[in-house]
Amino acid sequence: MTGVLAIAEHRRGELRDVSYELIGAGRELADDLDEELHVAVISGQVEEFARSLSKEGVDVVHTVPDGAEFNHDVYTQVTEQLADELDPSVVLMPNSVNGLDYGPAVAARLGRPLVTDVVDASFEDGFVATREMYGSKVETTVEVDAERVAVMIRGGEWPGATGNGDTEVREFEADIDESAVRTTVTGFEEVGGGDVDISDAEVLVSVGRGIGEEENIELIEELAEALDATLSSSRPIVDNEWLPKNRQVGQSGKTVTPEVYIAIGISGAVQHVAGMKGSETIVAINTDPNAPIFDIADYGIVDDLFDVVPALIDEFEG
Amino acid sequence: MKVLVTVAEVGTVEDDFEIDGAAIDERYLEYDLNEWDDYAVEEAVQLEEEGLADEVVTVTIGPERSEETIRMALAKGADRAIRVWDSSFEGLLDVAAKTEILRAVVAEEEPDLILGGVQTGDAMFGATGVSLAAAIDYPWAAVVNDLEFDGETASVHRELEGGVEELTDVETPAVLTIQTGINEPRYASLRGIRQAQSKEIAVQTLADLGLDGLDSDLRLTEMYEPEVESDATVFEGNAEDTAVQLAGVLREKGVGAQ
Ligand SMILES: Cc1cc2nc3c(=O)[nH]c(=O)nc-3n(C[C@H](O)[C@H](O)[C@H](O)COP(=O)(O)OP(=O)(O)OC[C@H]3O[C@@H](n4cnc5c(N)ncnc54)[C@H](O)[C@@H]3O)c2cc1C
Repeated sequence: MTGVLAIAEHRRGELRDVSYELIGAGRELADDLDEELHVAVISGQVEEFARSLSKEGVDVVHTVPDGAEFNHDVYTQVTEQLADELDPSVVLMPNSVNGLDYGPAVAARLGRPLVTDVVDASFEDGFVATREMYGSKVETTVEVDAERVAVMIRGGEWPGATGNGDTEVREFEADIDESAVRTTVTGFEEVGGGDVDISDAEVLVSVGRGIGEEENIELIEELAEALDATLSSSRPIVDNEWLPKNRQVGQSGKTVTPEVYIAIGISGAVQHVAGMKGSETIVAINTDPNAPIFDIADYGIVDDLFDVVPALIDEFEG
Repeated sequence: MKVLVTVAEVGTVEDDFEIDGAAIDERYLEYDLNEWDDYAVEEAVQLEEEGLADEVVTVTIGPERSEETIRMALAKGADRAIRVWDSSFEGLLDVAAKTEILRAVVAEEEPDLILGGVQTGDAMFGATGVSLAAAIDYPWAAVVNDLEFDGETASVHRELEGGVEELTDVETPAVLTIQTGINEPRYASLRGIRQAQSKEIAVQTLADLGLDGLDSDLRLTEMYEPEVESDATVFEGNAEDTAVQLAGVLREKGVGAQ
């Protein structure tokens, strides 16, 4: 019996890390159920992908060669058909941007309850998930009253599968209804280029929404200068066009790993942390002692940035 | 062309708060227009200003309290609003339940374009828009940060991870989930706020929508503050004291040394 059907993710010819994490999470859930873990890989170089996905703990990899790149209409149809055939207890998908583009549709089509952005899960008497709310300020337990569920997992929460296995590979013949493919991907665009590359910086002074007003950015610029550091920011600062896109740290911006990262008025939302958690030393300045940024900080100051930053500038310039 | 915008009211938590059962204690919550929906409303209003849309209607699933938030969307330029609430609602309304409600609203309104935020800032589920699209059989696109519409095809940018955008053409009628930064949401003008007072908010119950009652398969059974594995050194004292201590650490790490 198929306990878990996990759908791998790839982009422009490469499997993304979350594919291996899906195997890790999928194996745990399949063990809870005492059933098999199947992985499906849809579109692109599926045979090559299948070799990479043949990890220990994976019982079958299904290859579905239709299409070249991700198209949510194709993914939705194929996942629905695979689920109909295999009848897994869990359809497991990534909570990535593309996951958000087909996972909810799969759940709706299959009539399964959906739990998204899951950071921990088990399936014993029933499906139980841990997820965060209110910008990661609290965690919650969600229980699902159903035997068949659709689940989307957050990246970076499960260890990726490593050991190579000797997994059976099956080609799945999907029946794609072309008239129901109503979106066309016409290309990709790289954004956030330009003069500075914040991912090269050794010291980053990063500013968030706590700065309040555009004219206050100057204060943080002054600090960056005093520290001989590079200026970066969280997303709202770029959304407001107070700084250009190439300064944005996070999931949809740059991933940075400086020696020192100083987060000023940044709460530490998961999409921000995704881009800076690899920094050697993390410093946070924030008025809110419960801000999630303190969970990953090495040094913290719980105080108003408008008091601390000028004092810090004085320390280095005075 | 009619645009329907899903507008959620979300709770934001104060810095210090308490948990009551499986929810934030009401005393520590403030309510606001969902950040992502603010951008969706703006996008819809701009379509109307450009002459591409004739009407912008908002739909909110929320109690009477949410009318303040709805008036905000009306003040920013939406033409009228629908608010769905039923005395039978309690606990968590899951994605499937919200989808059922919105499907019924769509059946009545027959919009040509449906916009909603990528996610709500409180529950962070990120699923309602695409779930609705599948249920009503509309084409869709999720996490849209650029939209060009010629009246038939929506040419969008979907913001993927790592500074890459996917360019996609979507047939309409369609559902698009809107990402922050796609536009610059306006502040409501005094005139807008005054006008909003006389705009219609139609309140609908499940029975009004021809629905019998909804089952939510998801139950929120616990809420707690995450166990902090942090071993952060938090500097104590006033701003001058903490700045001195932090400067010491930074110098040790070679920061500012020229
Ligand atoms: C698909 C998707 C992709 C995303 N990609 C990214 C991304 O790449 N990068 C990113 O950053 N975000 C991203 N986000 C947004 C993310 O969810 C958060 O909304 C964002 O990171 C919040 O930024 P912030 O911490 O600056 O603001 P907030 O969360 O509003 O935090 C502001 C902080 O400032 C503090 N503060 C306020 N006043 C002061 C003061 N006077 N002194 C000191 N502290 C103060 C507050 O206590 C608070 O903690 C993404 C979201 C989605 C849905």
